[in-house]
Amino acid sequence: MTILAFILAGTLAAATPLLLAALGELITERAGVLNLGLEGMMALGAAVGFVVTYTTHSHLLGFGVAALAGIALSLVFATLALGFMANQVAAGLAIGVLGQGLSSLIGKPLESQTLDAPGKWAVPVLADLPVIGPLFDQDVVVYLTFGLAVAIWAVLNHSKLGLIIRAVGENPHAARAIGFRVLRIRLVAVAFGGALAGMAGAYASTIYTPLWADGMIAGRGWIAVALVVFGTWAAGRIAFGALLFGALSLGGLIAQAAGVALPSQLLASLPYAVTIVMLAVISSNRRRMRLNTVASLGQPFAG
Amino acid sequence: MKITFERRAALSRPVLLAAPLIALGLAMLTSLILFAALGKPAGQALYSLLLEPFVGWYNISEVLLKMGPLMLIAQGLAIGFRANVFNIGAEGQLIIGALCASALPVYFPEGDSPLMLPAMIALGAVGGAAWAAIAAGLRVRFNANEILVTLMLTLIATQVLNYLLLGPWKDPHGFNFPQSVTFPDAALLPILLAGTRVNISLLGAFFVSALAYVMMRHRFSGYQLLVGGLAPRAARYAGFTEARAVWVSLLLGGLMAGLAGACEVAGPLGQLQRSVSTGYGYSAIIVAYLGGLNPLGIVVSAFLMAALFIGGDNAMVSADLPVAAVFVFQGLLLVFYLGSLTFIRHRVILNWAGRA
Repeated sequence: MTILAFILAGTLAAATPLLLAALGELITERAGVLNLGLEGMMALGAAVGFVVTYTTHSHLLGFGVAALAGIALSLVFATLALGFMANQVAAGLAIGVLGQGLSSLIGKPLESQTLDAPGKWAVPVLADLPVIGPLFDQDVVVYLTFGLAVAIWAVLNHSKLGLIIRAVGENPHAARAIGFRVLRIRLVAVAFGGALAGMAGAYASTIYTPLWADGMIAGRGWIAVALVVFGTWAAGRIAFGALLFGALSLGGLIAQAAGVALPSQLLASLPYAVTIVMLAVISSNRRRMRLNTVASLGQPFAG
Repeated sequence: MKITFERRAALSRPVLLAAPLIALGLAMLTSLILFAALGKPAGQALYSLLLEPFVGWYNISEVLLKMGPLMLIAQGLAIGFRANVFNIGAEGQLIIGALCASALPVYFPEGDSPLMLPAMIALGAVGGAAWAAIAAGLRVRFNANEILVTLMLTLIATQVLNYLLLGPWKDPHGFNFPQSVTFPDAALLPILLAGTRVNISLLGAFFVSALAYVMMRHRFSGYQLLVGGLAPRAARYAGFTEARAVWVSLLLGGLMAGLAGACEVAGPLGQLQRSVSTGYGYSAIIVAYLGGLNPLGIVVSAFLMAALFIGGDNAMVSADLPVAAVFVFQGLLLVFYLGSLTFIRHRVILNWAGRA
C-alpha cells in the first residue's frame, strides 16, 4: 500500500471515535444540555469494551457493554444536571473525573494486553478504484459511524423527532407549553450521548489501537466537545471537522513519510494546537455563533 | 408523585456545612461497595484512605505538604468559578510555572545567589499567568470557549515538559531518566517544620487564602467578578465588563497555579520531573467546589483532599489499590456534593397526588 493510500485509509479510522462521540454530544446539546463529561464516558467505555472483548472475544458484546457503561455514567450526570438542577459544567467535570478513575481501575489488570482487530470489509467495486480505493476498505464501525452522521443530519433537519429535540433545546418553556415533556426528552438525549461516547471509547481501545494503555483516550473526548462547536451544531460540518482531526492525528506518519525529523512531542501537540486555533477562528464570528448556538444550552430547567 | 424544588430564601451556616459532610459520607459508602465488588479489602482500603493519613506526625506532615499547592490553586480557581469563568487548565499552568522556575537552576546548576529563589518563584508565577493569558486573550478577542482552550493548553504543556526532559533539559548524569539536574541549595525553599518536607510555601498558601477572604468580604472586586459572570448585561450597566472578569479570573488562576508549580520544584522535588504534578490542577477544581467556592471552605477542603492523596498512596501498598482509586473517590465526592447542594439550597416538596 502506498503512503497516500495508508493516510487516506487511516484518516477515516482515526476520525471515527471522534465523530461517534461528537454526534452523541450533538444530540445532547441540541436538546439544551451541555455534558462536558465526554472524556470520562469515553474512557470508561474504552476500559469496559476492552475487558469484555478480551474475555468474550466478541467485539459486538464489547461495544454493547461499553454503550451501557456510557449510558450509566451519563445517567449520573442527568441525575445531577436534570434532576437536581446542578451546574452543568461542574456536573460534567465530576463524571469526567469519575469516568477516568473508573477506567484506570477497571483496565488495570489488563495493562499492555492486546486484542485481535476485527477484519475489514471492502466495498465491492469502490475499493478497487485508484487512489481513493482505500477509503472503502474499512472496518464496519467506520461505515456505520459515517452512516449515523447522515442519519442524524436527516433526523434533526427533516423529521418531527428532530423538530421536537430542537424545540426543547431552543425554548424549553414553549416546548413544555405545547405539551412536550422537556426533562424526559433531555434525559433520553443525554443517555443517547452516553451510549455513543461509550462506543466511541470501545472503538478506540478494541479496534483503532487494540491494546490497553491507561489514559489512552488522551483528550479525544475534549476534542469531540470542541468539534461540536466547530461544526456549529450541524452534523455535516462536525463530520468534516472529525476528518480533519483524523488526518492531523496521523501527522507523525505523514511527517515521517516526508522525511521530516520533528520532535514527536511537537506532532503530538498538533491536534490540540489546531483545536485552539479552529475554536478561535470559528467562534470569532459572533453573529454566526449566535445564530447557531442552542439557545438554552447549559441552563437548568425546572420540570 | 411529583417532586419539586423550591429555592430557600436564606441559608444558615451549619446547613451549608452539611453538604460536604453528606458528600463525604456517601462517597465513602459507595467506594466501600465498589472496592468490595472489585475484590479488594474494602475496610482496609477505606482505613488507609481516610484514617491513616492522620496517624503519626510524619503522615500529618505529608498531608500538610500536599495541602499547600491544592489550597493555592483552588483559591485562584474559585475566583473564576464564582464569575462563571471556568479555568480547568490549572494543571497546565502549574507545569509551565514549574518549567519557568526550573530554567534558572537548570542553566545555573552551580548558582548560589540569594536572588535565585525569589527569581524562580516570580518566573513561575509569571509563567503560569502567561499560559492562562492565552486562554483569556482568545476568549475576550475571539470568543473562544475558555474551558476547551485551557484544557488543550494543558495537553500541550505536558508535551512541552516531556520534550524538555527527554531532550535539552535532561540531566546528563541522570542515567537517562527523564528529569533535570538536582537543584543547588540556593534554589530550594527553606523547611518550615524541622524533620519534615514541609517548606515555607505552606505559609504562602495560607497568606493567599487570607487575602482571598479579605478581598471577597471587603472589596468591591469580588462582587464585580460575580456580576461579570452571572449577568454580563447588568454588569455592563454597572460599569463592569465581562472582559475584565475573564482577564482577572484567568490571570489570577494561572498565577496561583504557576506559583504552586514553582514551589513544587523548589520544594519537595528539588528538580524538574515528569511527575511534577500528580493531578493537583484537576484535584484543585474539586477542592474549590467542595469548599463552596469560599476561601475559608477551601482551606478545609484542601486539607481533606490532601489527606485523600496521602491515603491513596497508603492504600496502594496496604490494599493493593491503583492510584486511580483516589480519582474515583474524588469524582464520587464531587458528584455527591453537587447532588446534596440541591437539597440544601432548596426545600424539597413531595406531592403524592400526582401532577400539580
